[in-house]
Amino acid sequence: MEKEILRLLMDNARMPAEEIAARLGVSAAEVAAAIKKLEVTNVIKGYTAVVNEESLDENRVMAIIEVKVTPQREGGFDYVAKRISKFPEVSEVYLVSGGYDLRIEVNGHNLNEVALFVSSKLSTIDGVISTVTHFLLKKYKEAGKIIHDEEEYERLKVSP
Amino acid sequence: MKDSKSVRSKNRVAEHIKTVPKSGIRDFFELVNGVKGVVSLGIGEPDFVTPWRIREAAIYSMEKGQTSYTSNLGLLSLRKNICNYVAVNYGVNYRPENECIVTVGVSEALDLIMRAVINPGDEVIYHEPCYVSYKAEITMAHGVPVAVETHEEDGFALDPDELEKKITPKTKMIVLNFPCNPTGATLTLEQKQRIAEIAVKHDLLVISDEIYSELTYENATASIASLPGMRDRTIFLHGFSKAFAMTGFRIGYACGPEDLIDAMMKIHQYSMLCAAITAQRAAEEALISGTPDMERMKEEYRQRRNVIVKRMNEIGLPCMMPKGAFYVFPRIRDTGMKSMEFATRLLNEQKVAVVPGTAFGPCGEGYVRCSYASSMDEIIEATDKIEKFIKSL
Repeated sequence: MEKEILRLLMDNARMPAEEIAARLGVSAAEVAAAIKKLEVTNVIKGYTAVVNEESLDENRVMAIIEVKVTPQREGGFDYVAKRISKFPEVSEVYLVSGGYDLRIEVNGHNLNEVALFVSSKLSTIDGVISTVTHFLLKKYKEAGKIIHDEEEYERLKVSP
Repeated sequence: MKDSKSVRSKNRVAEHIKTVPKSGIRDFFELVNGVKGVVSLGIGEPDFVTPWRIREAAIYSMEKGQTSYTSNLGLLSLRKNICNYVAVNYGVNYRPENECIVTVGVSEALDLIMRAVINPGDEVIYHEPCYVSYKAEITMAHGVPVAVETHEEDGFALDPDELEKKITPKTKMIVLNFPCNPTGATLTLEQKQRIAEIAVKHDLLVISDEIYSELTYENATASIASLPGMRDRTIFLHGFSKAFAMTGFRIGYACGPEDLIDAMMKIHQYSMLCAAITAQRAAEEALISGTPDMERMKEEYRQRRNVIVKRMNEIGLPCMMPKGAFYVFPRIRDTGMKSMEFATRLLNEQKVAVVPGTAFGPCGEGYVRCSYASSMDEIIEATDKIEKFIKSL
């Protein structure tokens, strides 16, 4: 049951416990208790909205930054990765295989703000060898949701 | 100029076609189309768009210029995949070379087998309430349709004893469709075994229309084709419309003994020639990689089923928990209304479309079919409106 509750919430975090209960054929109290447990045990770490930022008035820029790092003798990449994670403008940090080590996502209000973060904060961390910054131009899909969805196609109202 | 009507012969339309009524669903469709802003539980097809990887395979085949005819039986590579799928999931082995034919939807396969085996006057037994095509197909093939009623008390399963009572020396074939449209009923293994024994005892053919078989939510049982003595007398009909949300591709198939497939092939080759190659390529992709998408849709149907059954019973429309397909068949008899009156008033007063049970045979009187192949929001909105309607009576 927990697995299916998680799947439903990952698709729609606002689904009421009553609906989940009716879907799974259990009581709403059982669902609420299961969700509470998932929250307490940190399986669910939070709930966020997936926003089409083009429809917002405020300016926002986002960048994906490739970071090369010298691993530490103890702790490998963890020290640098954890340190980068603490900056609030950083929304995602991944250790990846391939031509660089950390793939991070940074948000700011304008190009300058992000550029400043890279030059004054990120590049100066001990262990960071180099960075490559890619500013995002357009978002098509995020968190499994297609941002500009297909047009609704209407089926026949009654069919055999 | 002479009025062309005056020179028309009075008997332009064949007698056996005149006797076939138009589908009751069609009548109701016209009614619904005249009303704006309808929330519909009347739809007999998945509300999901065909999974992207399947659509993408169809597009790719077109890009590669695959726009030709195929072998009459269908692409051999598709037939190999079909026979493998049937062997793994239904436990029956068919040879792709001569025991499998790809058709334009299961509907064509149904038409082919009826025309391939029925001599004028042969009786074919089917169960009601049922999908709208069986009776008409039998009639159009010059057969005599013989209905066996199924009942709510039996979960709308076909009672083998009732079936056996209908057998006469003229009986040639039995049509089975479980999970069933419109009731969602399934058969237990014991029931299938009893029906198989009856078929063997009376030397009858069996059409097993398994179009909803993947959408079995509990206690899935073996296909009747896999039971002792049945492989050689069963035509296994299946397709991609329901499980893989591919209704518009019009792609289905039949597996069976070589002589029957060969007879079906003759009709198919002179009438349809072959199924569209684009649809065949898409179907192949569905079999190769579509299972995870199918499982996801199935789980969603299961959850919607739980919700709609609970709501119907809360509202006061007794409704059994169907084990398959994506329909519920609640009883509306206790409102004092006939099915058609109930559906028409519900449409006019609350703008909710359901299909009168009588569209699926006379014994559907007192019931309506509600499809849960609609989004959860639509199901909740529709059932809330049905509740208002019931309270207003």
